[in-house]
Amino acid sequence: MSDTHAESVAYVRDTMLPETPPPAAETGITKWMKKNLFATIPNSVLTVAAIVVIYFLLAATLPWILNGIWNATSIRECREILDGATGGCFAVLSDRWNQLLFGFKYPSTEYWRPALAFLLLFVAAAPVMFFKYLPRQMLLFTGVYPFLAFWLIWGGSIVPPLLLLLGFVAAYVAFKALEKRGFGVAVLGGLGVLVVAILLAGSIGKIEVLRLEQVPSRDMGGFMLNMILGTVCVSLSIPIGIALALGRQSDMPIIKWICVVFIEFIRGVPLITLLFVANVVLAYFLPPGTTFDLIIRVIIMITAFASAYIAEVIRGGLAALPRGQYEAGDSLGLDYAQAMRLIILPQALKISIPGIVNVAVGLFKDTTLVSVISMFDLVGMIRGPILASTDWNGVYWELFGFAALLFFVVCYGVSQYSQWLERELNTDHR
Amino acid sequence: MTIMTDPQQESFRPSMLLNDTRYRSYTFQFIALMVLIGIIAYLGYNLVLNLRAAGLNISYEFLGEPAGYDINQTLVEYTSRSSHLTAAIVGILNTLLVAFLACATATIFGVIAGVLRLSNNWLVRKLMSGYVEAFRNVPVLIWIIIIFTIMTAVLPAPSAFRGDDPDASMILGSVAFTNRGVYVPMPVWGPGSMVVVVTFILSVIGVFAYRRYAKKLLYATGKLLPMGWPSLAILFVPSILVFFIMGQPITLDFPELGGFNFRGGLQIGAPLIALWFALSIYTGAFIAENVRAGILAVSKGQTEAAASLGLRPRRIMNLVILPQALRVIIPPLISQYLNITKNSSLAIAVGYADITATLGGITLNQTGRAIECVLLLMLFYLLISLGISAVMNIYNNAVRLKER
Repeated sequence: MSDTHAESVAYVRDTMLPETPPPAAETGITKWMKKNLFATIPNSVLTVAAIVVIYFLLAATLPWILNGIWNATSIRECREILDGATGGCFAVLSDRWNQLLFGFKYPSTEYWRPALAFLLLFVAAAPVMFFKYLPRQMLLFTGVYPFLAFWLIWGGSIVPPLLLLLGFVAAYVAFKALEKRGFGVAVLGGLGVLVVAILLAGSIGKIEVLRLEQVPSRDMGGFMLNMILGTVCVSLSIPIGIALALGRQSDMPIIKWICVVFIEFIRGVPLITLLFVANVVLAYFLPPGTTFDLIIRVIIMITAFASAYIAEVIRGGLAALPRGQYEAGDSLGLDYAQAMRLIILPQALKISIPGIVNVAVGLFKDTTLVSVISMFDLVGMIRGPILASTDWNGVYWELFGFAALLFFVVCYGVSQYSQWLERELNTDHR
Repeated sequence: MTIMTDPQQESFRPSMLLNDTRYRSYTFQFIALMVLIGIIAYLGYNLVLNLRAAGLNISYEFLGEPAGYDINQTLVEYTSRSSHLTAAIVGILNTLLVAFLACATATIFGVIAGVLRLSNNWLVRKLMSGYVEAFRNVPVLIWIIIIFTIMTAVLPAPSAFRGDDPDASMILGSVAFTNRGVYVPMPVWGPGSMVVVVTFILSVIGVFAYRRYAKKLLYATGKLLPMGWPSLAILFVPSILVFFIMGQPITLDFPELGGFNFRGGLQIGAPLIALWFALSIYTGAFIAENVRAGILAVSKGQTEAAASLGLRPRRIMNLVILPQALRVIIPPLISQYLNITKNSSLAIAVGYADITATLGGITLNQTGRAIECVLLLMLFYLLISLGISAVMNIYNNAVRLKER
């Protein structure tokens, strides 16, 4: 057949033509630009506008950054070196580096202590943040870290924090021993042991072992103060927030209303008014003669503030769980504490992670507000001692740019981590 | 709790208070209540002791005494001889003013940035995410201080506008940016201007009535009236006509350079501008994320379904996407408004006389009435946030999915 067919047709192509490359406008960068930058006329106008904006931004900042002076002792010297040219006077950062980070009262020979505590923070946080990839034994160090950091930053004898740590260990052992007899009994037993340990620590804590120079709280300052307030308040407010959220979900009207009033009151007022309370009002409500550090009072109020917001986030997580999960817990015969610990909270907390991280980032940014009640955190240091000094009066952009950059790095890093964690924890297959 | 003191059953044993689920919740609530009362009593007792030791009492009489300090930006009449109460009211009005201005501009910034973040244009998308990330991750206090610094340290002094060859010049001859604030033309309300204002308000009502009627007609008959130009016409034509009929009763008072400063016009102080602008761009970044999330929350199927019904892109946006996206956008938007109001308390950092700076700042320091001042301050913010929550609940109930 094919032979006859071959004779009846004049010409049949029996090989494919080689593929020709697509036209130049449809490949590589040209196509990408056509699709992403110049798809339509309004789109092209937008592109041009964006390029103009970027050009002005770069034209304003690049010479200033590249031409910056890093080595001078005062703004006048900077201006002499620059001699009318555009350039930043970044020398203020190298000159006042320690003040920006540690405040102006922290003893300069002891800077290694907060620096070491900061480095160890990563070691302590890593097993919590990357729990899938790091050995669980590292969590032991996380447990020890708060006491170690307290000793490093505040100084003094190592005995009180050590005794306190042992008290927590003893409380945990007591809790485990009593857990068979019910959750409530175990918690009470653990708390009892803890109180005994604290009292013991108070009475025999005077022994001087491994003494570091003691630094009072009011000498803390700079970015260190922001970090202390941020980490302490966030870690304290998560357990309190969980308790408040569970209380708000509770069937018991009195407990529910106590939690609702607390949460709504705290969420209804700005943080600044709570800081005013810490600064001028709280002292009236303490027994006469007690002197409380301002930093402790501020930590109490910021923790209360953060726990109300975290409680709302966790309440959202609890509400998002299907009713069946609660019923499943009941039908397995678990009591309230068991159902919460084994079934409800692990899921609810997982849903709440992005919200909790948002609150944590917001809280860390809000720690700058303490500069309003004349504490010398990073912003307070810049506005107070540094800009008021005769050497650096007028160096605004470098200092505030530096502060903004520090906060940006921390907050952006944390929010990127939270997005990564969300993907990591995403166990449903959608 | 009566059950505890008055057992109803013969077989009641005290251990049932902990072990019987019928009574356990009462036990816990009783304990919680007792602990709460104990804490309050303890704090109250300390308060009484401390006040007695300091020779103070709780009284609000200081509100009637003369304040004795000046406020540079006031909406109502105020002198240093006015009472602390008047100063507090000035502060409240200033708070509401900056919160209102910042809400309006933050919404505009946020909607523009949020929509542009979804643009097909790569460069614009990246630029907008740069804006959002930069402003969301830096404390608002730093932004307020930076913008305040621009206002006071970078802008020229009024004297720079003087001379034949001045260093600075007014924009369009009517707006001057100086380090003492921004001077803009001030409208002067002449006789008969009320008629123009009333006409304008009526036109606004008329626009809403027209759109309502058009919507009703559309749903009833399927006939679509034009929306855009009739609305504009109803809004502006009657007011402009009345304006000229009444003989142009509203005139503008332009700021003019006289002596060492500008005279006339309206002076907007640097603290207000700094606070307003910083709150707007900071919160705008958050609103942009809300807007983006809201638009993305409407599934693609909705767009495709509308397109397959033959709707045009513009109408798909107005009739299908936006109503559904707004349901997602508005609740977080309202809580952002609440955040703006609360963040406006940072005014104290740049010296804008809001309620925190007057009542919680100068009045508190002058009278030493810390408890009363902070209490009033908290009460004010609490009222505002409860009011906004109430509005939000009403809205949420109104737009809730009506399931049948």
